Amino acid sequence: MSALLEVDGLGVTFTTEDGPVHAVNDVSLTIQRAQILAVVGESGCGKSVTAMSIPGLLPENAQVSGSIRLEGVELTRLGAGELRRLRGKQVSVVFQEPMTSLNPAFSVGYQIVEVLRQHERLGRRTAARRAVELLELVGIPAPSRRLREYPHQLSGGMRQRVMIAIAVACSPKLLIADEPTTALDVTIQAGILDVMRTLRAELGTAIMLITHDLGVVADIADRVVVMYAGRRVEQAGVDELFAQPQHPYTLGLLGAVPRLSVTSGARGRLTEIPGMVPSLHEDPDECSFAPRCPRAAADCRAHRPALRAVRDEHLAACFHPGPVRP
Amino acid sequence: MSGPAPADAQVPAPLLEPPRRRHRLVRRFVRRRLAVLGLVLVGAFVTLALFSPLLGSATAQDFANVMVPPSWAHPLGTDDLGRSELARTATGARVSLLAGVLSTALALAMAIPIGLVAGYYRGWADAVVTRATDVMLAFPFLILAVGLAAILGASLRNVVLALGLSQLPGLVRVIRGEVLALREQDYVAAAVADGARDVSIMARFILPNAMSTLIVQATVAIPGAIIGEATLSFLGLGVQPPTPSWGTMLSAAQGFLDQAPWLAVFPGLAIALTTLGFNLLGDGLRDVLDPRSTR
Repeated sequence: MSALLEVDGLGVTFTTEDGPVHAVNDVSLTIQRAQILAVVGESGCGKSVTAMSIPGLLPENAQVSGSIRLEGVELTRLGAGELRRLRGKQVSVVFQEPMTSLNPAFSVGYQIVEVLRQHERLGRRTAARRAVELLELVGIPAPSRRLREYPHQLSGGMRQRVMIAIAVACSPKLLIADEPTTALDVTIQAGILDVMRTLRAELGTAIMLITHDLGVVADIADRVVVMYAGRRVEQAGVDELFAQPQHPYTLGLLGAVPRLSVTSGARGRLTEIPGMVPSLHEDPDECSFAPRCPRAAADCRAHRPALRAVRDEHLAACFHPGPVRP
Repeated sequence: MSGPAPADAQVPAPLLEPPRRRHRLVRRFVRRRLAVLGLVLVGAFVTLALFSPLLGSATAQDFANVMVPPSWAHPLGTDDLGRSELARTATGARVSLLAGVLSTALALAMAIPIGLVAGYYRGWADAVVTRATDVMLAFPFLILAVGLAAILGASLRNVVLALGLSQLPGLVRVIRGEVLALREQDYVAAAVADGARDVSIMARFILPNAMSTLIVQATVAIPGAIIGEATLSFLGLGVQPPTPSWGTMLSAAQGFLDQAPWLAVFPGLAIALTTLGFNLLGDGLRDVLDPRSTR
């Protein structure tokens, strides 16, 4: 069976007053049905732009090149109306801010029912019954009572569960979760991740999880794409990536994660990655990470390393790959 | 939809039940004395307008009792034709409130769709609307209203039209600004991501959340329109005699200021109190409904 989502050579350029910004360059990835793919990277590395280009949610000054196919259908060529019908129905998005992403003017039940009525053409009664099931699915206790409540009556975690309920109301094939747990505290975060596991198990939803939290990645993802400055720098299965990280940027990210370790006794400082994410205005032929990289050598500044298989099912864009921590 | 709870407890029937937070809003409103005073004043004049026929004829002349000062028989005195000042002030309240409310409603009915389209779609529609409101706002209100009333002819209907049109640019600006702010809200982005239609986004996500601003704007616009009506009637461009309006009453009282000052005092007081009432009410509503101004 072919992949659910195939992104091939995706490029996104924003036209700005300061000239073009190459936010995403040559990104290719595939997501299988019921698979959870994590896209990881610092702020501004292009992970959200990559995700939002799928349902066509980029601002008007964005130019998209390359190909995005959902079940073989080329999404980049769809018209505005076709894209609108696709959103919420086949590809749904959950955003980072649960506190402000619900319409304060209506009860949560009304908001779920409206989505169902629009996409599924359900009657009010059927839609309301389905809304109860959805709230149950995302783990909200006393769902029929909660339906009548307004967003301001719910906590952040509850609102994010409602957002997920709205997103999966029409059983989308792909759920894009853009930092869904960043605004929530850790226990609530675990609950939301459980919800996503349930969705994958019960509805067969594939999930594209955008995050900078490697703890979340290790917890839930099947495969991981690490992005830096608009490009993929490493791509592997989740166990492989954590066991054998190859790219110095991935190593830097891992080194910046606080860990509790009794055996190693290492109580050292967390390492940080020096420097800043580069400006994306120019696109020189060198490794974008070279200015911040401890392994950078002359070859890194002479050419851009191509993404190549360094191990089985494991791609990295680096001339000096290897799991040794700097 | 809403209705009695069906036997099947799984179905949440009253999905569209009004929010509980209304009780809280009422309590917050009641705590503001000036706002309550405003509501009382407005309520008093609305009552006066509704029951004005019970206070006697506003047009019946009685030449035996001309320019009688206020007394038990004639609570607010009589005018130069022996007409009851009380009945005339009460009937004038009808005209004033009607002109104020109708013209504001008319202006809102036009301003809401214009403001929504301009603010939501931006682009050339927005540019045209913004320039047009700038041009309209550059005209002094009185000149615009006088010009319109002069072209259309003097009548209550035309006063409403003139006042409605002159309120339009201000309201369009406010609504457009509100829409510009609301369309950047996360829940609008979420609605787009859920595949909602533009019309549905405007009707369900933007307009309901702009409602409190609109209510406050309308309450503040009404007294302006009432004064506008009085001004036009005072200049003879509004309601025509013998129908009383506070403006025409003031105009007629000018000639008798030294003999019968009450003829000017009562309609003047009525205008002042109604305007004050609406403004206090508007301020109170703003405090209660607009979260940005909560103290």
